[in-house]
Amino acid sequence: MAQLTMIQAITDALKTELRNDPNVLVFGEDVGVNGGVFRATEGLQSEFGEDRVFDTPLAESGIGGLAIGLGLQGFRPVPEIQFFGFVFEVMDSIAGQLARMRFRSGGRYTAPVTIRSPFGGGVHTPEMHADSLEGLMAQTPGVKVVIPSTPYDAKGLLISAIRDNDPVIFLEHMKLYRSFRQEVPEGEYTIPLGKADVKREGTDLTIVTYGAMVQESLKAAEELEKEGHSVEVIDLRTISPLDIDTIIASVEKTGRAIVVQEAQKQAGIAANVVAEINDRAILSLEAPVLRVAAPDTVFPFSQAETVWLPNYKDVIETAKKVLTF
Amino acid sequence: MASNTKKAQQLDAKKALEVVEEQFQMLQILNEEGNVVNEAAMPELSDEQLQELMRRMVYTRILDQRSISLNRQGRLGFYAPTAGQEASQLASQFALEKEDFILPGYRDVPQMIWHGLPLYQAFLFSRGHFQGNQIPEGVNVISPQIIIGAQYIQAAGVALGMKKRSAKSVAITYTGDGGASQGDFYEGINFAGAFKAPAIFIVQNNRFAISTPVEKQSAAKTIAQKAVAAGIPGIQVDGMDPLAVYVAVREARERAVNGEGPTLIEAMTYRYGPHTMAGDDPTRYRTSDLDNEWEKKDPLVRFRKFLENKGIWNEGMENDVIEKAKEDIKEAIQKADQAPKQKVTDLMSIMYDEMPYNLKEQYEIYTAKESK
Repeated sequence: MAQLTMIQAITDALKTELRNDPNVLVFGEDVGVNGGVFRATEGLQSEFGEDRVFDTPLAESGIGGLAIGLGLQGFRPVPEIQFFGFVFEVMDSIAGQLARMRFRSGGRYTAPVTIRSPFGGGVHTPEMHADSLEGLMAQTPGVKVVIPSTPYDAKGLLISAIRDNDPVIFLEHMKLYRSFRQEVPEGEYTIPLGKADVKREGTDLTIVTYGAMVQESLKAAEELEKEGHSVEVIDLRTISPLDIDTIIASVEKTGRAIVVQEAQKQAGIAANVVAEINDRAILSLEAPVLRVAAPDTVFPFSQAETVWLPNYKDVIETAKKVLTF
Repeated sequence: MASNTKKAQQLDAKKALEVVEEQFQMLQILNEEGNVVNEAAMPELSDEQLQELMRRMVYTRILDQRSISLNRQGRLGFYAPTAGQEASQLASQFALEKEDFILPGYRDVPQMIWHGLPLYQAFLFSRGHFQGNQIPEGVNVISPQIIIGAQYIQAAGVALGMKKRSAKSVAITYTGDGGASQGDFYEGINFAGAFKAPAIFIVQNNRFAISTPVEKQSAAKTIAQKAVAAGIPGIQVDGMDPLAVYVAVREARERAVNGEGPTLIEAMTYRYGPHTMAGDDPTRYRTSDLDNEWEKKDPLVRFRKFLENKGIWNEGMENDVIEKAKEDIKEAIQKADQAPKQKVTDLMSIMYDEMPYNLKEQYEIYTAKESK
């Protein structure tokens, strides 16, 4: 089995689905000859031709609208938004149009579109490139939001997203693109959307997290283990809809939980997870459910990134508060 | 000195604009009196086709009058009046084939009806019932767009899809003079141009975006000339002249299906009524002089004269259409009245292919609430 980085696994998934389904189209800014600014679409145009893998003019709203129109003609579009910080340009196409296609048409039309986009901090990008904006998407009924944390998951989730009959926002953390390799099987396999992954089992504390924070949380769990705390780590993988059963089963077992996200604290995914735990498992709790998140500023200028971004030390600090409550 | 003058001439950007603007002269075939003023541009339409187009315009004028009165009685909901725009709306749809796909704006319900949407569904749309948006199979339209301009970029996508399928059809979309200021308008015509996609972009320039006059929308002398920036053909037509509208759309369609890409068509028209029936008062922003000036250009009046002069239209035919329209409307309202009461649970079931856990739980709650 090949050892792949996440970006290679994503290319592999796109290739697999371009081969499987003639209706799959890949397009966006610089995805053709250039293979994408991160090389996610490397070699796809030469293998599948310009009809199926193509560059668009530079206009994010246009890319979103194009995907909707192609979806109406029975295609399965997989557009790329070059950086997710550019999503504001395409918010109407996503939240106002794609997300409502099935609803607005009373089920007559669908929008089987998967929007791929890189995001996330720690790679010293200019402004509007690194922001964690998944909360905006998760607040939108009608779209699913997927954030893989490993190469293996990235491939299986992306194939599922492309095959899904509803729009999926597939967010790829830039720091994870090439940070480690993992065995990724050749050919097709799927990981269901809406299913979390228990990365590590434990009995004293549940950490619910996703994206790049999975690695930080696992590192924190190892450190805490050395001090005698048994920590369970759940990678959500899909943040909308949540895998509520896995979260609640874990919290009922451990009685204590924290939620870790890279995004700013205000009104985020973590807040939603905390609320769901309170709704469903309050009587199992031995302590309040706390959050680890970035401060409520705009994503910082890159020189302040390392302090601004939550890391495993922040996770340990908050975990201890909950463990010793 | 001489070389400086030469340089100045070469760099005369203002002159370049003037040259472009001069090219965009309004196409008219029938004048206000119903006389043919441009024989060379006359479309090839049989007497039966001309009569059919007239029938549709008369029918739709009646539909507009009845819809306004039904709205006032509280028997219809959201409604954007259409009187004045019959030629722009109906002659453009008349130039299409069944396989062509319409992406309308919210005033463009008549084109949807003549493309196959049952009338009772148009009424359900107005009443805010989701079944109004459930377009029947084989009717190539999507429900009216509310976000002005969004339909333009989607039309580029539908058209590109048709091109990829090697279909001999077009995507046609409508917006107004206000819509031509939106970013999506430019992205739509630019994308379709870059992909040579078979799209037709119609701007019904009815001079007012709610209250804002077209002069305040742009420094551009015409909206048609905006096509130049996208590198596609653009044409301004008399939007009160059904023959001019028909010819422009028919030719745009021919170019599109022949692989020559999209066209932008600006139809100069006027809405006699308010923006919508939700409290807009046109006397706040339009003079009665302007209203009168445009009512003299009425598309029904001039087309009726044209057909009467040809001896293929008379009062009896007109009355038959009026009676038919009234009957159809009555029946359609009765059918709309029979639609099942709309439930929140119905809406939950059309959100996703498969309901996620949160909706499943809420579905149970609302099933109980709504069964009381």
